[in-house]
Amino acid sequence: MNHDYQKDISGCGLTGLISRKRRRISGADIVKSLCLMTDRGNGLGAGYAAYGIYPEFKDFYAFHIMFDEPSVRWTLEEYLKNNYHIEKIEEIPTAPVKAIPISPLLVRYFVKPLKDKMVGDIQEEDFVVNTVMKVNSEIEGAYIFSSGKNMGAFKGVGNPCDIAEFFRIEEYEGWTWTAHTRFPTNTPGWWGGAHPFTLLDWSIVHNGEISSYGINKRYLEMFGYKLTLLTDTEVAAYMLDLLIRRQGLDIPSACLALASPFWKKIDELPDGEREALTALRQTYGSALLNGPFSILFGHSKGLVGINDRIKLRPLVAALKDDVTYMASEESAIRAICPAPDKVWAPRAGDPVIVNLED
Amino acid sequence: MFKSLAPPEYLATIDREKCIRCKRCIQNCGWGVYSWGGDKILINTSKCVKCLRCYHYCPEEAIEIKDNPTRFKQNAYWGYNHLRNIKRQAETGGIPLTGMGSDLPYTILFDNLLIDACQVTNPSIDPLREPMELRTYLGKKPSSVELEKGKDGKLKLKTKMPPQLKLSLPIVFSPMSYGSISLNAQKVLAMAAKECGILMNTGEGGLHEDLFPYKDNIIVQVASGRFGVNPDYLNAGVAVEIKIGQGAKPGIGGHLPGEKIPLEVARARMIPVGTDAISPAPQHDIYSIEDLRQLIYAIKEATNYKPVSVKIAAVHNVAAIASGIVRAGADIVYLDGFRGGTGAAPSIIRDHLGIPIEHAIAAVDDRLRQEGIRNEASIIAAGGIRSSADAAKAIALGADAVAIATAALITMGCTTCGKCYTGNCSWGITTQRPELTARLDPEVYAERLINLIHAWEHELKEILGALGINAVESLRGNRERLRGVGLDTQTLDILGVKPAGR
Repeated sequence: MNHDYQKDISGCGLTGLISRKRRRISGADIVKSLCLMTDRGNGLGAGYAAYGIYPEFKDFYAFHIMFDEPSVRWTLEEYLKNNYHIEKIEEIPTAPVKAIPISPLLVRYFVKPLKDKMVGDIQEEDFVVNTVMKVNSEIEGAYIFSSGKNMGAFKGVGNPCDIAEFFRIEEYEGWTWTAHTRFPTNTPGWWGGAHPFTLLDWSIVHNGEISSYGINKRYLEMFGYKLTLLTDTEVAAYMLDLLIRRQGLDIPSACLALASPFWKKIDELPDGEREALTALRQTYGSALLNGPFSILFGHSKGLVGINDRIKLRPLVAALKDDVTYMASEESAIRAICPAPDKVWAPRAGDPVIVNLED
Repeated sequence: MFKSLAPPEYLATIDREKCIRCKRCIQNCGWGVYSWGGDKILINTSKCVKCLRCYHYCPEEAIEIKDNPTRFKQNAYWGYNHLRNIKRQAETGGIPLTGMGSDLPYTILFDNLLIDACQVTNPSIDPLREPMELRTYLGKKPSSVELEKGKDGKLKLKTKMPPQLKLSLPIVFSPMSYGSISLNAQKVLAMAAKECGILMNTGEGGLHEDLFPYKDNIIVQVASGRFGVNPDYLNAGVAVEIKIGQGAKPGIGGHLPGEKIPLEVARARMIPVGTDAISPAPQHDIYSIEDLRQLIYAIKEATNYKPVSVKIAAVHNVAAIASGIVRAGADIVYLDGFRGGTGAAPSIIRDHLGIPIEHAIAAVDDRLRQEGIRNEASIIAAGGIRSSADAAKAIALGADAVAIATAALITMGCTTCGKCYTGNCSWGITTQRPELTARLDPEVYAERLINLIHAWEHELKEILGALGINAVESLRGNRERLRGVGLDTQTLDILGVKPAGR
């Protein structure tokens, strides 16, 4: 695999939903919503992420791993066994689909880091991140594409309906779902290149092109992240991990760093707030995601939708009872929620932040 | 007098038909090329430097300055400058001096780099319709900030931010001392800096009291001669710069001859009138990196912790040196490439020591990132920034801002004749002769310099818009948006840039 970044030129469609009351919703809804947006994909990639799908293994990290070659599996498992307690190994259940004649070997592992392998004061999550970075950059042909607890990503090369059928998405039930269909004009045709991108319990689906990729990547590298997935979307996932998990910003502040308000607006704020936002922007200038994008990012406690600073990509949101919907098109929401209580287009740079109830 | 065996470089000619004998050429030429012969203008062409002052002020367009057609025999190896310098050295035994940056035809990497633009898949942004942000803050940044919610629910800053220098756009004026340039030229820089929301730099010449009102737009410099340095001076601007070296003359000190030290210059430099002002090659209290650290912190103590910049020439090992400077506590590293200008330098030094700024930016930015300390200091890149495109490329390679000097002087009339060291500048820039400096009206020329900065500002916004980004921080260090043309693999690797077509 050539690890040189090739610009991921793609138009896309995305959709997501969350039940604030942690009501587990069948995958059928999200599949229906995504499959409506046929013009937004060209069959070269689709994927789903779901939270709350592994209640019986909720204390274990669920590693979803794809192997280009089946033989790589033994190298990987050797490495995993040395570092993790493995509760369960199973091939990810798939169904035969005519349109997907070939696929990588897909296996999931429910694991927990071995205590004696975590030297010094390293946190468990850092240990897992290091594993993901190491495997993805050093074990040729093995890719961890999902590594969170009680959540999982399912993705591949194909159109949304076929990928859903292949991964039997409708059989899963989760309280948060995100999904993505791609329209790449230039693709390595690689399963790992589809969305969602995940790290720990972060999952990202993204429509757009991160024109600031070059500096975002170099900024992340300064903090030890290795960008291996050949696309600009992974910077968003790692950036959230850096700002929120490692540096302790809350989600609204992290959104202010990633899609910062314009200086003109910051300058007009009252003293304390202006000082805070000025410092945030001065410090995180290299984290600013610039270029057209709409992003949904899921995490263990909620779902966030955010646009670039001048809204160059669409994002629509809707509310119905305990469920918040967000998608590239209103029609994708109405396909599964014909009569929402409220529908709105979030303003440029203003995040829609939905938190799960405890 | 022995006639020099080095033929004059230029032929100043007057069309006698057109000449009305108004003598403006005599009055305007600082070099003494023209004199009055009773019935016509006499020409001593060996003194001509082709600065074109006479041409511009001749009301009849009677003057033409030609390259002397009588040259040494053309030789691809023994070039004109080689022969000329040898002959001059044979005549004087001295070191030929020069001004401006090197004009030798070394590869110009800026001209081998092209900038990306958006088509179809991502929209370009029209800077006339959409906000386009060039604001830049120079100074140390924390690696993370802590925020908290106040009682009113509003965000509040918990982290104590280091001091920052605010620029409306990522351009500053390079240091040029009072002495090397005239007070009026410095006033032009100060007025333009104030109007444009950027900074000028005193260079090592102290601070004339006429510039006190511009303190919010001034960086004061401390260099090896320590001219004019005292606590008031250190606090007379927004930041202090320690000058270790200069791109045009790395490892070389400075020498302002006594003839260029009239009373006003002497007062600013705090030295006796008419004495030579010698800036030693090294700073004699900085023989190592730990000495630099002491000076940085001494200055911080003296200024209640204003940002400190350290200026170095781009030399072979610049990355490691810059890393040391950052670790020594500098808030800004100022890199000056070998094309950087000078008021006076031995031409052998100017043309043969140092490395280009493009390599230096890339190497330093890379090294600071590898060491995880890129946020600890800002990088100012200087040394031959000729246009906003050069500035954009320097920023994409990793600089926070660029510094310009020659470009600023060109707005004042400079034609890069390269004779700044003589003190005869007919445009009133690099001279202290009152009859010459008087012709540089600060207000008139400040307006021209302001125009230039505004023009570059517009161009930078157009470049950002074409790139589909609306803030300069998304260009900074974003080498993914640069491509090299005709560069070898190793150079591309050093620059961290892909070849065009990839």
